[in-house]
Amino acid sequence: MESESGLSERYEIKGGDFSRAGTISTTIKRILQEIGIPPDIITRTAIAAYEAEMNVVMYADEAVVTLNLTPEAIHININDKGPGIVDIDLAMKEGFSTATAKMREMGFGAGMGLPNIKRNADKFMISSVVGKGTTYDIILYLDGKE
Amino acid sequence: MTLREIKEVLKAEVLCGEDSLDVEILFAGGSDLMSDVLAFGKPGLLLLTGLTNSQSVRTANIIDASGIVYVRGKKPDEEGIKLAREMGIPLLSTGFMMYTTCGILYSKGLAGVAKSLK
Repeated sequence: MESESGLSERYEIKGGDFSRAGTISTTIKRILQEIGIPPDIITRTAIAAYEAEMNVVMYADEAVVTLNLTPEAIHININDKGPGIVDIDLAMKEGFSTATAKMREMGFGAGMGLPNIKRNADKFMISSVVGKGTTYDIILYLDGKE
Repeated sequence: MTLREIKEVLKAEVLCGEDSLDVEILFAGGSDLMSDVLAFGKPGLLLLTGLTNSQSVRTANIIDASGIVYVRGKKPDEEGIKLAREMGIPLLSTGFMMYTTCGILYSKGLAGVAKSLK
């Protein structure tokens, strides 16, 4: 959907669907390339989106992803339904992970996901309710400023 | 080094991307952890990995890697190769182990990658 003020897209992720894991991040990346966003911002956005997408596939039941693009910023909001995160501060620490063997076989679950999102985003907000789900807000500014 | 030279020194098989072998590779990095690759990866990276599922290809696409070399004779499944073709990512497979693969390329002057994007 395109309007004068920007672009808004909505996607759905199914938890546990490893075969399709990464397709939404790839789509977001392609959209940003088509629009002509600077390559370094595209790469950082794609990495953050991919890590968040993998988190949903690995841990949640389902999620809705909203991409909002304005002249000032890229905003990705992910709202998942799932077990939630008990201790977000702990989950943000590099190396902390509750991943299963199956997740590690996929090359993920090394406790790097959330720190990687934070590293690549200009602003990263995460909140969670145990037993309900987790919300991620990933923002990258296009003019390099907030 | 070009991907073609890398193919020669690693005695590698080209799984897809024959037409991309003249691409100049400036640096490489090896890992089986895709989150690590996403943490250290930079556009242009040659990814050396033993992880053969399609996430290796997707990760390479996300960071704009120049290609993937699978070590220890490993090869991705057909789905991974198909995905790489669609994404234009050349895939090679070498019989050398990870350590030896890294050592050969490093000794030929191919640099590693150390700095993150931000």
